[in-house]
Amino acid sequence: MQVSVEYESSSAFDELLDAEGRPRVALIGERLSSIPAAELLQRQAAAAHRLLERGITFTVYGHDDGTEKVWPFDIVPRVIRNAEWQMIETGLQQRVRALNLFLDDIYGEQKILADKVVPRELIETSACYERKLAGSRPTGGVWTHIVGTDLVRDADGSIYVLEDNARCPSGVSYVLENREAMKRVLPEVFEGSRIASVEEYPERLLETLIDVAPQGVENPTAVLLTPGHYNSAYFEHCFLAQRMGIELVSGADLIVQDEIVWMKTTRGLRRVDVIYRRIDDDFLDPAFFREDSMLGVRGLMKAYFAGNVTLANAPGNGIADDKAVYAYVPQMIEFYLSEKPILNNVPTYVCSRPEECDHVLSNIRQMVVKPVNESGGYGIVLGPRASQKELEDAAAAIKANPRNYVAQPMLNLSTVPTITDHGLAPRHVDLRPFILFGKDIFVLPGGLTRVALVAGSMVVNSSQGGGSKDTWVLND
Amino acid sequence: MLCRAAESVFWMSRYVERADNIARFIGVNLELSLGGRGGIDAQWAPLVYASGDEQLFEESYDGATQENVLQFLLFDRNNSNSLLSSMAAARENARVVRDTVSVSFWHKMNRFYIDVREAAGGSSRILKAPQQFLDLTLEASQTLLGIEHSTISHGEAWNFSRMGRLLERADKTSRILDVKYFILLPNIEAVGRTLDVVQWSALLQSSSALAMYRRTHGRLSPASIVQFLILDPEFPRSLYYCTKGALTSLKAITFPESPESQHQVVRALASLVNSLQSVSVESIIADGLHEFIDRFQLRIAQLCDGITSAWFQRGELEQSQQQQQ
Repeated sequence: MQVSVEYESSSAFDELLDAEGRPRVALIGERLSSIPAAELLQRQAAAAHRLLERGITFTVYGHDDGTEKVWPFDIVPRVIRNAEWQMIETGLQQRVRALNLFLDDIYGEQKILADKVVPRELIETSACYERKLAGSRPTGGVWTHIVGTDLVRDADGSIYVLEDNARCPSGVSYVLENREAMKRVLPEVFEGSRIASVEEYPERLLETLIDVAPQGVENPTAVLLTPGHYNSAYFEHCFLAQRMGIELVSGADLIVQDEIVWMKTTRGLRRVDVIYRRIDDDFLDPAFFREDSMLGVRGLMKAYFAGNVTLANAPGNGIADDKAVYAYVPQMIEFYLSEKPILNNVPTYVCSRPEECDHVLSNIRQMVVKPVNESGGYGIVLGPRASQKELEDAAAAIKANPRNYVAQPMLNLSTVPTITDHGLAPRHVDLRPFILFGKDIFVLPGGLTRVALVAGSMVVNSSQGGGSKDTWVLND
Repeated sequence: MLCRAAESVFWMSRYVERADNIARFIGVNLELSLGGRGGIDAQWAPLVYASGDEQLFEESYDGATQENVLQFLLFDRNNSNSLLSSMAAARENARVVRDTVSVSFWHKMNRFYIDVREAAGGSSRILKAPQQFLDLTLEASQTLLGIEHSTISHGEAWNFSRMGRLLERADKTSRILDVKYFILLPNIEAVGRTLDVVQWSALLQSSSALAMYRRTHGRLSPASIVQFLILDPEFPRSLYYCTKGALTSLKAITFPESPESQHQVVRALASLVNSLQSVSVESIIADGLHEFIDRFQLRIAQLCDGITSAWFQRGELEQSQQQQQ
């Protein structure tokens, strides 16, 4: 394994190599370095070809060439030791448990507001708090059946939670496809490495969906609701439906009669009990949320309130993804579970708190400013890299609507050696583990490692020059 | 299965079959043009007529040269029936039902489409010497058929796919017969010149039927050829065989409790199959082959409409019935 000079100048924590440039896991380091550079490139090309051939693509809006692109995949894996993974896994379970208790509370008794642990005003001013859902409760009190938490590691090696993604997290199909590709292109690195398997995910997901069916339904029917084949994650929707053996439906395939959801089949109407929906709350039901939605199903929310169908994830979860609310997750963990948080939040300044807002405004050059309700990296201003004009605009926006912004210190994300035109070089990564919650909480070992392919960039989003890597949790 | 998925599977197979037939027709015409008989210039215009898109062709191209016709039939994106457009549509339909078809089927379909798209990118060489491309295309479509047969459960989706393929194939066989018949056999007395043998062989070739024909009928004669391509019970591209197979599939997905609209379509197809079983080739020729084919194509089109409303739009139908109650 040839490692480029970029490493010498990097102060980031590297997941594969220690500060002296030695592999953290000797066996994997040896195996990887036994592959000559030219051959590594060939295998990388083989993996890319395989993805194209299998149509593992995401849709690019406004792109002409068939509107689909392969998401770049780098074959140098990201490795996590078992001991560290245990900590992450327990931390994620703790966090998901607390988030569900919070959602149940916030749409129910609101004890956490009464006790002033979370300010009432913060919830009432959130664009993501659905008043119309107050008093509703999903089957078993489970709100987040599928979570894709974003984790990052800072220069000192500690892990932070960046976002919880309790609405419609995507990317798990790449975890499974990347693993299949890796087994083909790097079999000798796999051999004897005791890498935790990820293949059971579809089975676990199906189990989760069946577990949360409305009570009293025997042999429940689950479907996956997609916005359609123009959606950027359509590949994943197909992939998951196929691996679970459930129908992939669009809104037009479903109707609601007498508060019961049916799908239109060639054998007539068939009752639907659980919907793994991959469309946002806003578009679920034009009679309840956005009137102009063409993607949803009219009357779906009535069926939901009547307890005749389970929606996974439950509607209303957006309040937990509000980045100003996210700042309170450590307090939620203590309030609901009487435990200390195992995983830390990234230190977050909530601009609706005046003193924190002042701090943000006077240190904006060192901050990452984020709108509270965006995902996918949109609207983020990276202080150290922004122009004077961008900083001024950001400051003005914060002053005009402080509730809409949080700010965090700029982290130096950890790196993993990545194949570039000039050999292996460090590229920044994050990690999105997937957590399922039906009867109990299951964390898929590893998760999706996203990598910023541009040198020095910390932006890992697929829409902005990001790629992905396989993530290996070692059972050592 | 979902109505929408059933419709996509049906059309997916129709489009693959359409692409397959385009490659077959062109391949045979090419062979004819290489035959070296001064009397027959390769006739490319009839291929455009067989496709039924002559108006679009005439608007966009200057003359029915080999390159023009090949570009139009193989790679023209504006021609919705070109091989490229057909494969794009087949692949898009397959993508919609990617969860229904098998993984290996989807991969082959995707690869097939990517190959055609790449070929279209460097089309000038292929337009001059298309044989290799055509061979690869046929091989791909046949591979797809094999994968479908051996990896997809022979249930509802498979039956919709088979119906789509067979109805499309019946339509295409009838079209090529119609076009060639017009050119070669304006009246029955014109039969018998040497030229005809070449052209009639080519006609059979275009349905990949020559060898199979020889086994059954031996020498070439117009009546036997018509008999073979329309009425043969065993040749897999004959109208009778195709409609009979489609009927088997249609019956497999219709049940006693199915709505009357579905039973109606089954009866319509059954009556078409019966009429093909009982009609004689002599009476087809005496009454006019062209008229016979016209009527056949009309019935196929009506059947497809019937399948669309009775199966693919069934959900809408029941929804409106429930709302009326």
